[in-house]
Amino acid sequence: MAIESIILYGFAGLTLLSALYIAFTRNVLYAAIALIVTFLGVAGIFMMLGASFVAISQVLVYVGGILVLIVFGIMLTNRLKGQKVESPVYNKFLGLAVAVGLFIIFFKGILQANFSALGWIQSAEPTNPPLEKFGMRLMTDYVLAFELIGVLLLLALIGAVKMASFKRKEGADAR
Amino acid sequence: MPVEHLLFLGAALFCIGLLVVLTRKNAIAVLIGIELMLNASNINLVAFSHFDPDMLQGQIFALFVITVAAAEAAVGLAIVVKVYQYFQTADLDQLNQLKG
Repeated sequence: MAIESIILYGFAGLTLLSALYIAFTRNVLYAAIALIVTFLGVAGIFMMLGASFVAISQVLVYVGGILVLIVFGIMLTNRLKGQKVESPVYNKFLGLAVAVGLFIIFFKGILQANFSALGWIQSAEPTNPPLEKFGMRLMTDYVLAFELIGVLLLLALIGAVKMASFKRKEGADAR
Repeated sequence: MPVEHLLFLGAALFCIGLLVVLTRKNAIAVLIGIELMLNASNINLVAFSHFDPDMLQGQIFALFVITVAAAEAAVGLAIVVKVYQYFQTADLDQLNQLKG
């Protein structure tokens, strides 16, 4: 077994373990911290699969951006006075049954589809494409989608700031 | 690593995200589950893109998914903060009136 394979399986195991921790912990803050590990594991998988730009964006956007937003959200929506930030777990068995059932369906479907036997996957030799190829594709073939997604992100951020801003009255203390 | 194993990982991550969404009633915890599901889709896209080093469509689509996830998290958390200011709770079961 090649060393790359071992690292890839290691990252996959890290991702799965931290995701399971999120599913079974009650503390929302611990879940947010475990989410960092999950995102870093997924970024490692991307890196090992040759998607270096996506991996770096994953670290920048998820770990640097979304995680900070989530932690701020936890702090702003809980009264942090000594007690833990806990959210109880409801519908445990029904939720577990739905999730496991869906996973079994996926598992059977993936086995049935037998993707490894597809022509274009068998003929392709997995190489790590250079970064400039990704940039060329993004800036030539997919430039319209790229610009549109930039506008969407700008609109979403302006909307979020407008929505979350509040006018504080004089003398009204922040909670 | 054959492509199936990566697809199994994506499926497992998606199901864990679904489990989190189904079993929590805290709005932030539900958002965490949605982020897990979006990451699972990205794993699948990049896994198939690994065998397509010429066009790289999967990687580019994964980049768009990341962007949309960022927008979703920003707007979602803004809504949660606003809701908390009004209802004094982030429990999704207690948000049962629309009139603001």
